[in-house]
Amino acid sequence: MFPETGKAVVKVLERLGHTVDFPAGQTCCGQMHWNTGYQAEALPLVGRFVEQFRHAEAVVVPSSSCVAMMRDHYPKMAEEIGDRKLIAEVAELLPHVYEFSEFLTVRLGLKDVGAYYPHRVTYHASCHGLRNLGLGDGPLELLRAVKGIDLIQIENMEQCCGFGGTFAVKNADVSSAMLAEKTTAVLNTGAEACTACDNSCLMHIQGALHRQRTGVQTVHLAEILAGSEGDVL
Amino acid sequence: MNSENSVLDPKTSPTFPIAARATLGDTQLRKNVRHATEVIQNKRARVVAEMPDWQQLRESGRQIRQHTMANLETYLEEFERNCIRAGGTVHWARDGEEAKRIVTTLAKTYASQQNPEVIKIKSMTTEEIHLNVALEAAGVKAYETDLAELIIQLGHDQPSHIVVPALHKNRQQIREIFQREMNLPELGEKPQDLADAARKFLREKFLRVNTAVSGANFLIAETGGVCIVESEGNGRMCLTLPETLITIAGIDKVLPRFEDLEVMLQLLPRSATGERMNPYNSIWTGVHAGDGPKNFHVVLMDNARSEVLADSEGRQTLNCIRCGACQNACPVYRQTGGHAYGSVYAGPIGAILTPQLQQLHHAQSLPYASSLCGACYEVCPVKINIPEVLIHLRNKVVKQKGPLNPEALAMKMAGTLFRSERRFRAAQRLGRFAETPLVRRDGSGDGWIGWLPGLLGGWTQVRDLREMPKETFRDWWEKRGKRGN
Amino acid sequence: MATETNGVIDTSSARQEILRWIRAANQGVADSQPVAQQWDRIERPYRRSATRSREEILELLEDRLRDYDANVVRTAEAEVAAAAAKMLAARGHKRLLIPGGLNPAWLPAGFDYVVDDGASPAALDGFDGVITGSTVAIALTGSVVLQNVPGQGRRAVSLVPDHHLCFVRVEDVVETVPEAFDRLKATSTLPTTFFAGPSATADIEMTRIKGVHGPRFLDIILVE
Ligand code: SF4
Repeated sequence: MFPETGKAVVKVLERLGHTVDFPAGQTCCGQMHWNTGYQAEALPLVGRFVEQFRHAEAVVVPSSSCVAMMRDHYPKMAEEIGDRKLIAEVAELLPHVYEFSEFLTVRLGLKDVGAYYPHRVTYHASCHGLRNLGLGDGPLELLRAVKGIDLIQIENMEQCCGFGGTFAVKNADVSSAMLAEKTTAVLNTGAEACTACDNSCLMHIQGALHRQRTGVQTVHLAEILAGSEGDVL
Repeated sequence: MNSENSVLDPKTSPTFPIAARATLGDTQLRKNVRHATEVIQNKRARVVAEMPDWQQLRESGRQIRQHTMANLETYLEEFERNCIRAGGTVHWARDGEEAKRIVTTLAKTYASQQNPEVIKIKSMTTEEIHLNVALEAAGVKAYETDLAELIIQLGHDQPSHIVVPALHKNRQQIREIFQREMNLPELGEKPQDLADAARKFLREKFLRVNTAVSGANFLIAETGGVCIVESEGNGRMCLTLPETLITIAGIDKVLPRFEDLEVMLQLLPRSATGERMNPYNSIWTGVHAGDGPKNFHVVLMDNARSEVLADSEGRQTLNCIRCGACQNACPVYRQTGGHAYGSVYAGPIGAILTPQLQQLHHAQSLPYASSLCGACYEVCPVKINIPEVLIHLRNKVVKQKGPLNPEALAMKMAGTLFRSERRFRAAQRLGRFAETPLVRRDGSGDGWIGWLPGLLGGWTQVRDLREMPKETFRDWWEKRGKRGN
Repeated sequence: MATETNGVIDTSSARQEILRWIRAANQGVADSQPVAQQWDRIERPYRRSATRSREEILELLEDRLRDYDANVVRTAEAEVAAAAAKMLAARGHKRLLIPGGLNPAWLPAGFDYVVDDGASPAALDGFDGVITGSTVAIALTGSVVLQNVPGQGRRAVSLVPDHHLCFVRVEDVVETVPEAFDRLKATSTLPTTFFAGPSATADIEMTRIKGVHGPRFLDIILVE
């Protein structure tokens, strides 16, 4: 759905000297099903994930909520399936799964990834990254090290944008009211773009920013970190 | 004056999305709720930050509650034994109906026969079973003495928060209620004036009415004691001055030992009202000669709590100490206020408690009244993983609704796609094809969808959706090759 | 059903059934260890003891009490009566209720004292104020704890009059909540009241309003 993010992740990682692979068989972590109550539909996706990624040294995922899904629920889901081998494999694989910014700051211990992005940007702390993964200030530190960036603090950075997966359609009115608060906060910063570690939040925020013809863009953190001086921006 | 025309009852309330639409349209209510929750949240954050051992306290609190629930039978029996030994009488109620019958029977026995009246301390347990309606039907007048509950009662309103039940009302609205119901046309609108009016109105009742009804914050198994925390002193009045005290408590309220209060009385006030300690805590054990009521009755009520206990994932709900912090932190609650939840338990705790206390099909929409942002779990003083319980309840709702509704079918289909790479690719292509008639180009030539049908229509109320990419990452990756040439 | 015969309510069948439900619900989590040992295993890594010096603790208590609108002075044992006289005079109060067993040396001359004899709530309402001692005070939370013992009396005494003057001996001041519970443990079944400042409410727009039903005026004398 968001090819630019994937490309940006590849660009950043290769710039840092890593070899990237994309197992073609991968699909989805199962979060939507699990969180909406369709446990049975989500269960087979655990095995599928292990199948695809078991040989990786590190699995880098540019979506905090997908990582949260795996960390918080995959062990339990494997138990539920009752497959001893799968339980062991999940336990083995999970420590190697990283959210993108977390891979950079925690696994690689980096702040400056040599990016250049001469724009006014504000950062929204996605719920799952903030609370389930405990990303803390990691993403902000990466952003602060970007050359040329004008980073502006948003009001109530940690407040949910109202997406919540199927929540946005099941409780559309409440979700819209929450979103309105978030977009107002974004607009108050005067930023050209709003960034985050999760495209689901960004798709949600972007949906309203576009509807309101604000001209403010949303970009995934990876796309900012992929920016370099040679780019035509 | 205490006629309650309607009560918040999940059996009769509209679903959350529909009720929320109504409250979202009430700008005054939203302003009041936002103001109140912001003030409490900030106060809470300040006094929690003062405590270097807050996380340790939370963990101990969680362990104490979990241990209590695992040994609930032992502790309830121990409480009963010690309470009786200290001169109290203990009753058991399987459900709200039984509890109401016991309390009204006691009230009619002890209250003045000519003019049966009771004074009440704020208690969510009595709200849960709509005790006042039952008392009134039995001819017993109940006076709420907590300021917020008084506002609710005089305003023929319903509580919208478990700690600050009238937070949806502002001072002008409260003044109007008091002017009308206390017959004080000259009343000012300063909070102090309003509190003074309540003091005058209630003092006469404290000194006269001989029977009180209370809830309980904690029952102490080791001593048979009861603990109630409060701010205004109305609780102390009710617990101390009348001849008879009837306390009704859920069976989940028990604590093993007196010293376990050293944890709970640190967690509760800071989480609930942002105070370092409540202005008043009262602890009493049975009947004490020459001090307080001569007759003391405790009603231990199950009302589906033992069913919650039987659910291995849902049972952590019973650890709740009713601090309301999750309500203040919840971005959904902050938009809608409490009434949209159709239950006296609103917000995240309500979204998990109500469906479990009421049969689930009466409250099917509540587990979905959350974006799963996790703010509730973060503030919960006993570390109840509310998002986890919500997801668990959603699974139960899905099972209850069966496989044949449109959402279940769509989910099933998506599940099939995600299990196969080939089908997943095909779906991506098909999606691009299917969306074509809906896509409009904007000024910069990008495609956007501004209207979606059916279930998805909620999205396009206020949001556009970008068209699916012409080239997926997958396509790009395959063209480029692994080494990037 | 709760059955009722001659006004006596019998809920024993409900009791049995509820306990049976609980037992069934807890089947899966049964722990073979005795309950007391399980309780001992609860981890309590929170702060239990003081980390401040005595003087810092007393200052903290004064600060926290003032923060909640109490009027606080600290004075040497010999000056207590004089300090009390000043506070009572400042309020213009004459007719004062006292519980039995209050240290007479702390009571200044020139005021009318009535020892509580179990008077009715309405009679208690007629006093200008009440004077009591205290059992323990917690600096970190600004709380003072009263129990039904000589010098502190029954609960209604320190509740109904609109002014409460309370003596707190410095040796009864602790820093943390757990220290207070250690001291209260031996008398845990006595009627016990914690208060932190005068009565208050925040039910109207979350504005803290001093004084609803409990005493609206609170004076504390810390006795050294
Ligand atoms: S669930 Fe937790 S935060 Fe919410 S009311 Fe209960 S104890 Fe407080």
